[in-house]
Amino acid sequence: MSASLEKGIRVLKAVIDAPIASYFNSCVHCGLCAEACLFYTETGDPKYTPIHKLEPLRRIYEQEYTLLGRLKKIVGLSKAVTDDELDQWQELVYNSCTLCGRCSAVCPVGNDIVYMVRKFREGMAASGHAPEGIKSAVNRTVTIGSPMGVKLPAVLAQMKHVEADYGIPIPLDVEDAEYMVVLSSMEIINFPEYLGAVARIMQQAGKTWTLCSTAFEATNAGIQIGNSDLARVIVSRIVEGAEKFKVKTVISPECGHAYTALRWEGANLIGRPFSFEVQHIVEVLDEFQRQGWLRTEGFETDKLTFHDPCQLVRRGGVIRQPRTLMRSVAQNFVEMPDAGYMNWCCGGGGGASAIEEGEALRLEAFKKKKTQFDAVKPDRVVTACANCRIVLEESLEHYRMDIPVIGLTELIAEHIPERNKPEGA
Amino acid sequence: MTDLQFLTWVRGPGLDIAVGIFLLGVLWRLFEIYSLGRSKDLSAPRRTPGASGLHTVFRRSLPPPGMLKCSPVSYLGGYIFHIGLAIVVFGFAPHILLIRNLTGLSWPALPSQFVDLAAVVTMAAMTVMLADRINKPAKRFLSTFEDWFTWAATFLPVLTGWMAVQHLLLPYTAMLALHILSVEILLIVLPFTKLFHAFTLFGSRWYNGKVNGHRGVPV
Repeated sequence: MSASLEKGIRVLKAVIDAPIASYFNSCVHCGLCAEACLFYTETGDPKYTPIHKLEPLRRIYEQEYTLLGRLKKIVGLSKAVTDDELDQWQELVYNSCTLCGRCSAVCPVGNDIVYMVRKFREGMAASGHAPEGIKSAVNRTVTIGSPMGVKLPAVLAQMKHVEADYGIPIPLDVEDAEYMVVLSSMEIINFPEYLGAVARIMQQAGKTWTLCSTAFEATNAGIQIGNSDLARVIVSRIVEGAEKFKVKTVISPECGHAYTALRWEGANLIGRPFSFEVQHIVEVLDEFQRQGWLRTEGFETDKLTFHDPCQLVRRGGVIRQPRTLMRSVAQNFVEMPDAGYMNWCCGGGGGASAIEEGEALRLEAFKKKKTQFDAVKPDRVVTACANCRIVLEESLEHYRMDIPVIGLTELIAEHIPERNKPEGA
Repeated sequence: MTDLQFLTWVRGPGLDIAVGIFLLGVLWRLFEIYSLGRSKDLSAPRRTPGASGLHTVFRRSLPPPGMLKCSPVSYLGGYIFHIGLAIVVFGFAPHILLIRNLTGLSWPALPSQFVDLAAVVTMAAMTVMLADRINKPAKRFLSTFEDWFTWAATFLPVLTGWMAVQHLLLPYTAMLALHILSVEILLIVLPFTKLFHAFTLFGSRWYNGKVNGHRGVPV
């Protein structure tokens, strides 16, 4: 057995807990999880059945943690997990799983399958079987500071642009601000309008906020690849920044996995509860609106729909807020079939969009999203995740569908009255 | 061995052995699974009505939105044969008598013709489920020896019990002995196969509901 495989199996043994044991014992092979997975529904290939993606983990569970399994192992009746097998499973655990969690939402015996995939990835990463695309994203995040290789000067340059465009100063490293805003690389490189939108919203709401020069990047490729040690390093930067500047709330950007990493996994990664709150920008906007701090004027008149980012909605519980916000600025807001809790993934979550060799499969799986769009024929799609946005844009282009995709924060900011001055200013 | 000797054995030592393995097996398996424990979630919870482990234990008995039409056979067949099994096992007068002898607990029986009908419907539903397992690509792909074996282990007690009552194929004594033997096999394999979902399903639903309920998602 190679050293890396040994390490991988040791990690897999360590991640198995009572929920995983209960889940494996409950599976009756009904195959309903397949019907919930866009990689199965769009390809018809049964190897993409979610519970099958966990077969090596199941065998390790059986061989290590059950009496019968251990007996079978002793008498040589069980099949050991090998490097070749894990290599084959890479496609199933990464390329064809976006951690969207639909399987966990439908399993009749209640198995949280995506919880197990997330844990299985820990062993895959430790044994060296993670895809190159995600590996390099993780390396760049750890060494440079962001998965796309963005450094502080790029952020400073963008701050200057926003200041020039809107005449609003962008605070950096300010102590005791109420909010600390973190960004995703995608927003720094591809969607600079996000920072401008946040600046305008904060100005109108009259809230103090800051960016942090040592923690501007929110995305966490460590979570996607399944390496908790690296995920901890990445999330610690934000924790240190937030604690140094004594902010009350850290605002997770329009990025699904950044939210999961920070809001749900962060405290568990560092081993203690946070001393600050974490909110997704959509939650912040909703709260501002409810408190009357955020006022908008006018309505979009074209047909808009909302694409639910899985990590924000099904895996994050922010289901109502985007809809309330949409209705506040759109006259013709239509919901796609299965919208909300049961929404279908864009096909690129969970690190899948970083896997080059997975592109053809991803585009095939996108047909599910295409069917949803075809059902309502929107003029534009609004979402709240920069990764969903880029995956949607690329896939729509592939299928020659002319539907622009925009961010919800930016859409809301466009409706802030122009000459509105911050309260007390 | 005569039919009567066979029946005497399965009713006596056979039943004791089977019930013993079943009870110890269930206790051991539950310990083996749930003693693994899990770490505490340190993230700040979000409270949402309807999002908890207990809610999910009940809610998961119903198909989530859109799923019924994806796989009607799994849902409808599943409901019918599970409810049918419950009627046959707990509603048939001789079964209640046996349970009273073993535990002292008893309740009123259902009319035997109704139980008879339930047995036939259960077998029909199980046959349709078997056909679905063969026909549906994902189900067939997932199926191992255990899936076919546990299907047979569940089907045979219903079939032999029904045949004994109907006096079909074999003399009543022999068929009744076969029926009891098939139930004993079922009891013995239950803790060590996927049939154990009868116990772990509650824990699984609860964990799923609890983990997601912490995030404010009613799953």
